[in-house]
Amino acid sequence: MKRLPLSVALLVFFVYLALSVSIRQAILFLVGIGMGAALAGARFGFTTGWRQLIEQRDPRGVAGQLVLLALASMLCLTLLAQFSELTAALGPPSISLLIGAFVFGLTMQIADGCGSGTLYKAGLGIPLNMGILPLFALGSFLGSVHVADWLKLGQLEPIGLVTLFGGAKALLITLAGLLVAGLLVRAWVGPGRTWWDRKWLVGAVALAVLATLNLVIAGQPWGVVYGFGLWAAKVVNAAGLFDPTANAFWSQAGNAQRLTESVLLDITSITNVGILGGALWISAKATTSTQSLTTQQWIVGLAAGFLMGYSSRLAFGCNIGAMLSGISTGSVHGWIWVPLALMGTAIGLKVRRHYQF
Amino acid sequence: MTKVSKPKLSVAFWTVLLLFLVWDTVVSAPIDLRNEPPLIAAGSGKASVGGHCAIAK
Repeated sequence: MKRLPLSVALLVFFVYLALSVSIRQAILFLVGIGMGAALAGARFGFTTGWRQLIEQRDPRGVAGQLVLLALASMLCLTLLAQFSELTAALGPPSISLLIGAFVFGLTMQIADGCGSGTLYKAGLGIPLNMGILPLFALGSFLGSVHVADWLKLGQLEPIGLVTLFGGAKALLITLAGLLVAGLLVRAWVGPGRTWWDRKWLVGAVALAVLATLNLVIAGQPWGVVYGFGLWAAKVVNAAGLFDPTANAFWSQAGNAQRLTESVLLDITSITNVGILGGALWISAKATTSTQSLTTQQWIVGLAAGFLMGYSSRLAFGCNIGAMLSGISTGSVHGWIWVPLALMGTAIGLKVRRHYQF
Repeated sequence: MTKVSKPKLSVAFWTVLLLFLVWDTVVSAPIDLRNEPPLIAAGSGKASVGGHCAIAK
């Protein structure tokens, strides 16, 4: 599709949202388009960055991600300390988080895309990611259905650095943590490596600004997975296959209400649709080459996508909801998520090679 | 190799997504425009009540 008719279609949907849903949702749709354009335009793939770090000892992608985390933390933690209306992405440190993050890191390498990666690659028209998206949604829904049982294995209350230490100290702790992460990466890759790449840095700056806009406008950090789970929940509920009143997660007042409302009112749903639209807009001029997959690769990839959705709920977010939003809003669960997902990625890369992706 | 037509799959993907959004709009409770959330949450005095993947409940 060419960009002009695509731009008109996106504009029409924006106007529809502004007139028929709310101005806020229309603006969040634009933020989502920006996120999709930044992710797809810069090919800002969290999965790829981790893979390049481990397999090639190439730090450029992870350096871009560290810049994104540092910029987003500076903006979001400052805002959280100033405005009581804004909420952090606080997930509970738990056994569920440990297992979920590990499985997510493993499966995202097989599926070649994390939460945001699946969205923008689906928007770009990459067949496997388009196929994965509905299964990711189904997995995310089932994860939410079971998450209360997983939490019974052991959990702490969510820990927020801003609440504990205030904005300034939370920012210092976060930046110190990112510096340590950078030093660990430096120790892994060794000397003489190229660290900075314009593409990754432009993506990092754009995504940090857009993630902050999401927080300021919506009052909550950027998330991906909740919207996916809600979409599947609505379909399963409408089919009469699920009783939300009998489930610990979906019987909660807010979740139960969202099941009856249009998904266009849901914050993560509207930015997800925007990300797909923004990536589609980029795809109108970009060329994406994809290799044909064998039947076995399709089956393995789709299964990984389903598990990725399930595990992202156990982990209280994906690379966006847990890592980016968790760390940049001072949630300790984001810091736990990263090393577990990295361990999973190390295994996932072996599985990926085994199936010759 | 399993050959998947990229344009056809793209059309199917976007068609399903659009149909889902239309279906959802039809079956969901009508949107109350008088209960519109603040344009910008920061400084509005209203706490965010949206769903997020980090929240356990």
